[in-house]
Amino acid sequence: MTHLPLLNAQQMAQFVARGFLRLDGVVPEALNAQFLQEMGEIAPPVPGRGLMRTYGEMLAKAGVPEVAAGTPLDQAYPEGSALAKLVQLPVAAGAIRSLVGEDPIFDHHFLHVTFPPAYHEASGGENVSQHTHQDSTIDPRTAFDIQIMYYPHEVTREMGGTRFVPGTHLRRVSEVALGRYQNIRGQQHMVCEPGTLLFIHSGIWHGGGVNLSDRTRTMFKIRINPNPRSSRTQVRQFDVSTLVPQNQQRPIFYLKGPLPPSVEQTLMTPEPWFEQDTGRLEFLNRVRLWRYLTDDPTYDADYWLTRVENLAEV
Amino acid sequence: MQRQKVLVLYTANSALDSPVIGWSVYDGTGQTRPMAGDQDEPPYRTGVDALKDGWRLIQAAQLLPHARGAEFDLAYLKYEFFFEQLVEVQP
Repeated sequence: MTHLPLLNAQQMAQFVARGFLRLDGVVPEALNAQFLQEMGEIAPPVPGRGLMRTYGEMLAKAGVPEVAAGTPLDQAYPEGSALAKLVQLPVAAGAIRSLVGEDPIFDHHFLHVTFPPAYHEASGGENVSQHTHQDSTIDPRTAFDIQIMYYPHEVTREMGGTRFVPGTHLRRVSEVALGRYQNIRGQQHMVCEPGTLLFIHSGIWHGGGVNLSDRTRTMFKIRINPNPRSSRTQVRQFDVSTLVPQNQQRPIFYLKGPLPPSVEQTLMTPEPWFEQDTGRLEFLNRVRLWRYLTDDPTYDADYWLTRVENLAEV
Repeated sequence: MQRQKVLVLYTANSALDSPVIGWSVYDGTGQTRPMAGDQDEPPYRTGVDALKDGWRLIQAAQLLPHARGAEFDLAYLKYEFFFEQLVEVQP
Protein backbone atom coordinates (compact mmCIF):
# COMPACT_ATOMS: atom_id res chain seq x y z
CA MET A 1 0.00 0.00 0.00
CA THR A 2 1.44 3.32 -1.01
CA HIS A 3 0.79 6.64 0.64
CA LEU A 4 1.67 8.57 -2.48
CA PRO A 5 -1.05 10.79 -4.00
CA LEU A 6 -2.00 8.50 -6.88
CA LEU A 7 -3.88 9.64 -9.95
CA ASN A 8 -7.59 8.89 -9.88
CA ALA A 9 -9.56 7.14 -12.63
CA GLN A 10 -10.63 10.40 -14.23
CA GLN A 11 -7.03 11.69 -14.42
CA MET A 12 -5.91 8.37 -15.88
CA ALA A 13 -8.69 8.47 -18.47
CA GLN A 14 -7.60 11.99 -19.42
CA PHE A 15 -4.05 10.70 -19.88
CA VAL A 16 -5.22 7.73 -21.93
CA ALA A 17 -7.38 9.96 -24.13
CA ARG A 18 -5.10 12.98 -24.55
CA GLY A 19 -1.60 11.69 -23.73
CA PHE A 20 -0.63 14.30 -21.17
CA LEU A 21 -1.07 15.41 -17.59
CA ARG A 22 -0.24 19.00 -16.70
CA LEU A 23 0.55 19.95 -13.09
CA ASP A 24 0.95 23.71 -12.86
CA GLY A 25 3.26 25.30 -10.30
CA VAL A 26 3.65 22.17 -8.18
CA VAL A 27 7.43 22.41 -7.69
CA PRO A 28 8.32 24.70 -4.77
CA GLU A 29 10.13 27.92 -5.59
CA ALA A 30 13.15 26.92 -3.47
CA LEU A 31 13.58 23.77 -5.56
CA ASN A 32 13.25 25.70 -8.82
CA ALA A 33 15.97 28.06 -7.57
CA GLN A 34 18.22 25.15 -6.55
CA PHE A 35 17.76 23.52 -9.95
CA LEU A 36 18.63 26.70 -11.87
CA GLN A 37 21.63 27.31 -9.61
CA GLU A 38 22.87 23.75 -10.25
CA MET A 39 22.46 24.21 -14.00
CA GLY A 40 24.77 27.22 -13.91
CA GLU A 41 25.04 30.41 -15.92
CA ILE A 42 24.65 30.41 -19.68
CA ALA A 43 27.40 32.36 -21.49
CA PRO A 44 26.21 35.52 -23.28
CA PRO A 45 26.16 35.59 -27.09
CA VAL A 46 29.53 36.15 -28.77
CA PRO A 47 29.66 37.28 -32.44
CA GLY A 48 30.93 34.49 -34.69
CA ARG A 49 30.62 31.84 -32.01
CA GLY A 50 28.57 28.80 -33.01
CA LEU A 51 25.50 28.12 -30.92
CA MET A 52 26.32 24.42 -30.67
CA ARG A 53 29.63 25.34 -29.02
CA THR A 54 27.84 27.51 -26.46
CA TYR A 55 25.34 24.70 -25.88
CA GLY A 56 28.03 22.05 -25.55
CA GLU A 57 29.97 24.07 -22.97
CA MET A 58 26.78 24.71 -21.03
CA LEU A 59 25.94 20.98 -20.91
CA ALA A 60 29.48 20.14 -19.80
CA LYS A 61 29.34 22.61 -16.91
CA ALA A 62 25.75 21.96 -15.78
CA GLY A 63 25.21 20.02 -12.56
CA VAL A 64 23.46 17.14 -14.29
CA PRO A 65 25.02 13.69 -13.88
CA GLU A 66 25.67 11.34 -16.77
CA VAL A 67 23.42 8.39 -15.98
CA ALA A 68 23.47 4.98 -17.65
CA ALA A 69 20.29 4.12 -19.50
CA GLY A 70 18.49 1.37 -17.58
CA THR A 71 19.42 2.64 -14.10
CA PRO A 72 16.66 2.35 -11.48
CA LEU A 73 15.13 5.83 -11.26
CA ASP A 74 15.66 5.97 -7.51
CA GLN A 75 19.41 5.59 -8.09
CA ALA A 76 19.72 8.07 -10.95
CA TYR A 77 20.35 11.26 -8.97
CA PRO A 78 22.59 12.08 -5.99
CA GLU A 79 20.63 12.44 -2.77
CA GLY A 80 19.95 16.08 -2.05
CA SER A 81 20.35 17.21 -5.65
CA ALA A 82 17.53 19.21 -7.21
CA LEU A 83 16.70 16.37 -9.60
CA ALA A 84 16.54 13.79 -6.80
CA LYS A 85 14.22 16.08 -4.88
CA LEU A 86 12.14 16.64 -8.00
CA VAL A 87 11.35 12.97 -8.64
CA GLN A 88 10.77 12.47 -4.90
CA LEU A 89 8.16 15.22 -4.63
CA PRO A 90 4.98 13.38 -3.59
CA VAL A 91 2.97 14.90 -6.45
CA ALA A 92 5.60 13.78 -8.98
CA ALA A 93 6.26 10.38 -7.39
CA GLY A 94 2.52 9.69 -7.21
CA ALA A 95 2.06 10.46 -10.89
CA ILE A 96 5.13 8.39 -11.85
CA ARG A 97 3.86 5.45 -9.80
CA SER A 98 0.38 5.73 -11.32
CA LEU A 99 1.64 5.88 -14.90
CA VAL A 100 4.63 3.49 -15.00
CA GLY A 101 4.32 1.54 -11.76
CA GLU A 102 6.73 0.36 -9.11
CA ASP A 103 10.51 0.54 -9.44
CA PRO A 104 10.55 2.48 -12.72
CA ILE A 105 13.62 2.67 -14.92
CA PHE A 106 15.55 5.78 -15.94
CA ASP A 107 15.86 5.94 -19.73
CA HIS A 108 17.58 9.29 -20.41
CA HIS A 109 17.36 12.95 -19.58
CA PHE A 110 18.30 16.19 -21.29
CA LEU A 111 18.69 19.86 -20.49
CA HIS A 112 16.80 21.73 -23.22
CA VAL A 113 17.72 25.38 -23.61
CA THR A 114 16.11 27.52 -26.28
CA PHE A 115 18.05 30.63 -27.14
CA PRO A 116 16.66 34.10 -27.85
CA PRO A 117 17.31 35.94 -31.13
CA ALA A 118 20.57 37.61 -30.00
CA TYR A 119 22.37 34.26 -29.88
CA HIS A 120 21.24 33.30 -33.39
CA GLU A 121 22.23 36.70 -34.77
CA ALA A 122 25.66 36.39 -33.16
CA SER A 123 26.22 32.88 -34.52
CA GLY A 124 24.79 33.57 -37.97
CA GLY A 125 22.18 30.84 -37.58
CA GLU A 126 18.44 30.90 -38.09
CA ASN A 127 16.03 31.16 -35.16
CA VAL A 128 13.26 28.67 -35.94
CA SER A 129 10.99 26.30 -34.06
CA GLN A 130 11.71 22.60 -33.90
CA HIS A 131 9.91 20.34 -36.37
CA THR A 132 7.05 18.39 -34.85
CA HIS A 133 8.12 14.86 -34.00
CA GLN A 134 7.53 11.80 -31.83
CA ASP A 135 10.51 10.94 -29.62
CA SER A 136 12.67 7.84 -29.99
CA THR A 137 11.53 5.61 -32.86
CA ILE A 138 8.54 3.57 -34.06
CA ASP A 139 7.01 2.06 -30.93
CA PRO A 140 4.42 -0.69 -31.51
CA ARG A 141 3.84 -1.46 -27.81
CA THR A 142 0.67 -0.97 -25.81
CA ALA A 143 2.92 -0.36 -22.80
CA PHE A 144 4.40 3.13 -22.86
CA ASP A 145 7.10 5.27 -21.34
CA ILE A 146 6.49 8.67 -19.85
CA GLN A 147 8.47 11.84 -20.19
CA ILE A 148 8.47 14.49 -17.49
CA MET A 149 9.02 17.99 -18.79
CA TYR A 150 10.02 20.33 -15.98
CA TYR A 151 9.73 24.11 -16.39
CA PRO A 152 11.75 25.72 -13.58
CA HIS A 153 10.93 29.30 -14.55
CA GLU A 154 7.97 31.13 -16.02
CA VAL A 155 7.41 30.51 -19.73
CA THR A 156 5.59 33.21 -21.71
CA ARG A 157 4.10 32.73 -25.17
CA GLU A 158 6.88 34.92 -26.61
CA MET A 159 9.43 32.44 -25.22
CA GLY A 160 7.98 29.70 -27.40
CA GLY A 161 7.35 26.86 -24.98
CA THR A 162 6.94 23.20 -25.80
CA ARG A 163 4.31 22.71 -28.51
CA PHE A 164 2.33 19.48 -28.39
CA VAL A 165 -0.77 18.02 -29.99
CA PRO A 166 -3.12 16.35 -27.50
CA GLY A 167 -4.37 12.91 -28.53
CA THR A 168 -1.59 12.06 -31.01
CA HIS A 169 0.17 9.56 -28.73
CA LEU A 170 -1.49 6.41 -30.12
CA ARG A 171 -0.26 7.01 -33.66
CA ARG A 172 2.66 4.84 -34.74
CA VAL A 173 4.97 7.14 -36.62
CA SER A 174 8.69 7.34 -37.22
CA GLU A 175 10.16 10.24 -35.22
CA VAL A 176 10.40 13.37 -37.38
CA ALA A 177 8.85 11.81 -40.47
CA LEU A 178 5.88 14.02 -39.60
CA GLY A 179 8.02 17.18 -39.65
CA ARG A 180 6.02 18.31 -42.67
CA TYR A 181 3.09 19.20 -40.40
CA GLN A 182 3.58 22.77 -39.25
CA ASN A 183 0.28 23.36 -37.49
CA ILE A 184 -2.47 21.06 -36.31
CA ARG A 185 -5.81 22.16 -34.91
CA GLY A 186 -5.86 21.91 -31.12
CA GLN A 187 -2.08 22.20 -30.70
CA GLN A 188 -1.02 23.61 -27.36
CA HIS A 189 1.95 25.72 -26.34
CA MET A 190 3.35 25.41 -22.82
CA VAL A 191 2.86 28.83 -21.29
CA CYS A 192 3.23 28.28 -17.57
CA GLU A 193 4.27 29.47 -14.17
CA PRO A 194 7.55 28.35 -12.55
CA GLY A 195 7.61 24.81 -11.23
CA THR A 196 5.22 23.32 -13.75
CA LEU A 197 5.45 19.64 -14.70
CA LEU A 198 4.12 18.21 -17.94
CA PHE A 199 3.84 14.43 -18.00
CA ILE A 200 3.51 13.11 -21.55
CA HIS A 201 2.94 9.67 -23.04
CA SER A 202 6.08 8.81 -25.00
CA GLY A 203 4.12 8.83 -28.26
CA ILE A 204 2.82 12.36 -28.21
CA TRP A 205 3.70 14.66 -31.13
CA HIS A 206 5.62 17.71 -29.96
CA GLY A 207 8.38 20.21 -30.71
CA GLY A 208 10.20 23.14 -29.17
CA GLY A 209 8.74 26.57 -29.93
CA VAL A 210 10.83 29.42 -31.30
CA ASN A 211 12.06 31.80 -28.61
CA LEU A 212 11.38 35.42 -29.60
CA SER A 213 11.96 36.89 -26.13
CA ASP A 214 15.16 38.36 -24.71
CA ARG A 215 15.95 35.54 -22.27
CA THR A 216 16.88 31.88 -22.56
CA ARG A 217 14.22 29.25 -21.93
CA THR A 218 15.13 26.14 -19.91
CA MET A 219 13.26 22.86 -19.74
CA PHE A 220 14.51 19.59 -18.28
CA LYS A 221 13.20 16.31 -19.64
CA ILE A 222 13.37 12.86 -18.04
CA ARG A 223 12.20 9.73 -19.85
CA ILE A 224 11.07 6.88 -17.60
CA ASN A 225 10.18 3.26 -18.49
CA PRO A 226 7.95 0.83 -16.63
CA ASN A 227 9.98 -1.95 -15.06
CA PRO A 228 9.45 -5.22 -16.98
CA ARG A 229 10.73 -7.19 -13.98
CA SER A 230 8.21 -5.66 -11.60
CA SER A 231 5.29 -8.00 -10.92
CA ARG A 232 2.60 -5.51 -11.92
CA THR A 233 4.43 -3.13 -14.27
CA GLN A 234 2.13 -0.23 -15.06
CA VAL A 235 -1.18 -2.10 -14.80
CA ARG A 236 -3.67 -0.96 -12.10
CA GLN A 237 -1.13 1.27 -10.43
CA PHE A 238 -3.37 4.32 -10.16
CA ASP A 239 -6.04 4.74 -7.47
CA VAL A 240 -8.32 1.94 -8.66
CA SER A 241 -10.72 2.60 -5.79
CA THR A 242 -11.98 5.53 -7.89
CA LEU A 243 -13.03 3.24 -10.76
CA VAL A 244 -16.79 3.17 -11.17
CA PRO A 245 -18.12 -0.31 -12.05
CA GLN A 246 -19.52 -0.43 -15.56
CA ASN A 247 -22.87 -2.24 -15.42
CA GLN A 248 -23.94 -1.57 -18.99
CA GLN A 249 -22.96 0.34 -22.10
CA ARG A 250 -24.17 3.94 -22.55
CA PRO A 251 -26.78 4.73 -25.19
CA ILE A 252 -25.04 5.85 -28.37
CA PHE A 253 -25.85 8.14 -31.30
CA TYR A 254 -29.54 8.72 -30.45
CA LEU A 255 -29.30 10.90 -27.36
CA LYS A 256 -31.79 13.41 -26.04
CA GLY A 257 -29.14 15.44 -24.24
CA PRO A 258 -25.51 15.43 -23.04
CA LEU A 259 -24.38 12.48 -20.94
CA PRO A 260 -22.86 13.03 -17.47
CA PRO A 261 -19.09 13.08 -16.89
CA SER A 262 -17.53 9.63 -16.71
CA VAL A 263 -14.46 7.71 -17.83
CA GLU A 264 -16.40 6.77 -20.97
CA GLN A 265 -17.21 10.41 -21.68
CA THR A 266 -13.51 11.30 -21.38
CA LEU A 267 -12.39 8.43 -23.61
CA MET A 268 -14.99 9.34 -26.24
CA THR A 269 -14.16 13.06 -26.45
CA PRO A 270 -12.53 13.85 -29.82
CA GLU A 271 -9.67 16.28 -30.46
CA PRO A 272 -10.15 19.19 -32.88
CA TRP A 273 -7.74 17.57 -35.37
CA PHE A 274 -9.44 14.18 -35.52
CA GLU A 275 -10.26 13.03 -39.02
CA GLN A 276 -13.86 11.95 -39.26
CA ASP A 277 -13.16 8.28 -39.91
CA THR A 278 -9.87 7.70 -38.09
CA GLY A 279 -11.22 9.61 -35.09
CA ARG A 280 -13.33 6.51 -34.47
CA LEU A 281 -10.21 4.34 -34.62
CA GLU A 282 -8.65 6.67 -32.05
CA PHE A 283 -11.59 5.81 -29.78
CA LEU A 284 -10.95 2.09 -30.31
CA ASN A 285 -7.29 2.49 -29.51
CA ARG A 286 -8.08 4.47 -26.36
CA VAL A 287 -10.36 1.65 -25.19
CA ARG A 288 -7.59 -0.86 -25.84
CA LEU A 289 -5.17 1.20 -23.73
CA TRP A 290 -7.76 1.48 -20.95
CA ARG A 291 -8.23 -2.31 -21.03
CA TYR A 292 -4.48 -2.72 -20.62
CA LEU A 293 -4.14 -0.23 -17.75
CA THR A 294 -7.15 -1.60 -15.86
CA ASP A 295 -6.46 -5.26 -16.70
CA ASP A 296 -10.04 -5.59 -17.89
CA PRO A 297 -10.13 -7.30 -21.33
CA THR A 298 -13.91 -6.94 -21.56
CA TYR A 299 -14.08 -3.18 -21.02
CA ASP A 300 -15.65 -1.13 -23.78
CA ALA A 301 -16.89 2.40 -24.26
CA ASP A 302 -19.74 3.15 -26.63
CA TYR A 303 -19.63 -0.35 -28.14
CA TRP A 304 -16.70 0.33 -30.48
CA LEU A 305 -14.75 -2.85 -29.72
CA THR A 306 -17.72 -5.05 -28.79
CA ARG A 307 -19.11 -4.59 -32.29
CA VAL A 308 -15.95 -5.61 -34.14
CA GLU A 309 -15.21 -8.44 -31.69
CA ASN A 310 -18.62 -10.04 -32.29
CA LEU A 311 -17.50 -13.03 -34.36
CA ALA A 312 -20.97 -14.28 -35.17
CA GLU A 313 -19.75 -16.20 -38.20
CA VAL A 314 -17.58 -18.43 -35.99
CA MET B 1 10.93 35.73 -62.59
CA GLN B 2 8.58 33.49 -60.66
CA ARG B 3 8.91 31.55 -57.43
CA GLN B 4 6.64 28.88 -55.98
CA LYS B 5 4.67 29.11 -52.76
CA VAL B 6 3.33 25.82 -51.44
CA LEU B 7 0.34 25.31 -49.17
CA VAL B 8 -0.39 21.90 -47.67
CA LEU B 9 -3.81 21.29 -46.19
CA TYR B 10 -4.91 18.26 -44.17
CA THR B 11 -8.65 17.77 -44.12
CA ALA B 12 -11.15 15.86 -42.03
CA ASN B 13 -11.99 13.44 -44.85
CA SER B 14 -11.02 12.91 -48.47
CA ALA B 15 -13.38 15.61 -49.74
CA LEU B 16 -11.75 18.90 -50.62
CA ASP B 17 -14.71 20.73 -49.09
CA SER B 18 -14.28 19.09 -45.67
CA PRO B 19 -12.81 21.08 -42.75
CA VAL B 20 -9.07 21.78 -42.53
CA ILE B 21 -7.45 20.09 -39.50
CA GLY B 22 -3.77 20.76 -40.26
CA TRP B 23 -1.74 23.02 -42.53
CA SER B 24 1.75 24.07 -43.62
CA VAL B 25 3.14 26.82 -45.83
CA TYR B 26 6.50 26.89 -47.62
CA ASP B 27 7.49 30.18 -49.25
CA GLY B 28 9.92 30.01 -52.18
CA THR B 29 9.99 33.80 -52.50
CA GLY B 30 11.82 34.08 -49.17
CA GLN B 31 9.53 36.92 -48.14
CA THR B 32 8.09 35.00 -45.20
CA ARG B 33 9.45 32.22 -43.01
CA PRO B 34 6.58 29.93 -42.01
CA MET B 35 7.50 27.37 -39.35
CA ALA B 36 6.05 24.79 -37.00
CA GLY B 37 3.65 26.19 -34.44
CA ASP B 38 3.37 29.65 -35.98
CA GLN B 39 -0.42 29.71 -36.38
CA ASP B 40 -3.15 28.19 -34.24
CA GLU B 41 -6.06 28.82 -36.64
CA PRO B 42 -6.12 27.40 -40.18
CA PRO B 43 -5.68 29.82 -43.10
CA TYR B 44 -8.76 28.37 -44.85
CA ARG B 45 -11.87 26.66 -43.54
CA THR B 46 -11.77 24.05 -46.32
CA GLY B 47 -9.64 23.11 -49.30
CA VAL B 48 -12.22 24.64 -51.62
CA ASP B 49 -11.75 27.98 -49.87
CA ALA B 50 -8.07 27.78 -50.83
CA LEU B 51 -9.06 27.18 -54.48
CA LYS B 52 -11.33 30.24 -54.34
CA ASP B 53 -8.36 32.27 -53.12
CA GLY B 54 -6.26 31.31 -56.16
CA TRP B 55 -4.28 28.32 -54.92
CA ARG B 56 -3.81 25.60 -57.59
CA LEU B 57 -4.20 21.99 -56.43
CA ILE B 58 -1.20 19.98 -57.58
CA GLN B 59 -1.45 16.75 -55.56
CA ALA B 60 -3.98 14.86 -53.46
CA ALA B 61 -3.41 11.84 -51.19
CA GLN B 62 -4.59 8.50 -52.54
CA LEU B 63 -7.19 6.39 -50.77
CA LEU B 64 -5.50 3.12 -49.94
CA PRO B 65 -7.02 -0.14 -48.69
CA HIS B 66 -6.29 -1.14 -45.10
CA ALA B 67 -3.79 -3.93 -44.59
CA ARG B 68 -5.41 -7.03 -43.10
CA GLY B 69 -4.50 -7.32 -39.43
CA ALA B 70 -3.52 -3.68 -39.16
CA GLU B 71 -6.88 -2.08 -39.82
CA PHE B 72 -6.85 -0.11 -36.58
CA ASP B 73 -3.23 1.09 -36.72
CA LEU B 74 -2.93 4.82 -37.18
CA ALA B 75 0.09 6.78 -38.24
CA TYR B 76 0.23 9.89 -40.48
CA LEU B 77 -2.59 12.25 -41.41
CA LYS B 78 -4.52 10.71 -44.30
CA TYR B 79 -6.04 13.51 -46.35
CA GLU B 80 -3.21 15.65 -47.64
CA PHE B 81 -3.62 18.23 -50.41
CA PHE B 82 -0.73 20.17 -51.95
CA PHE B 83 -1.44 23.56 -53.56
CA GLU B 84 0.83 26.06 -55.26
CA GLN B 85 0.91 29.71 -56.20
CA LEU B 86 3.44 31.17 -58.61
CA VAL B 87 4.56 34.55 -57.36
CA GLU B 88 6.39 37.18 -59.43
CA VAL B 89 9.58 38.32 -57.71
CA GLN B 90 12.25 40.88 -58.64
CA PRO B 91 15.46 39.33 -60.03
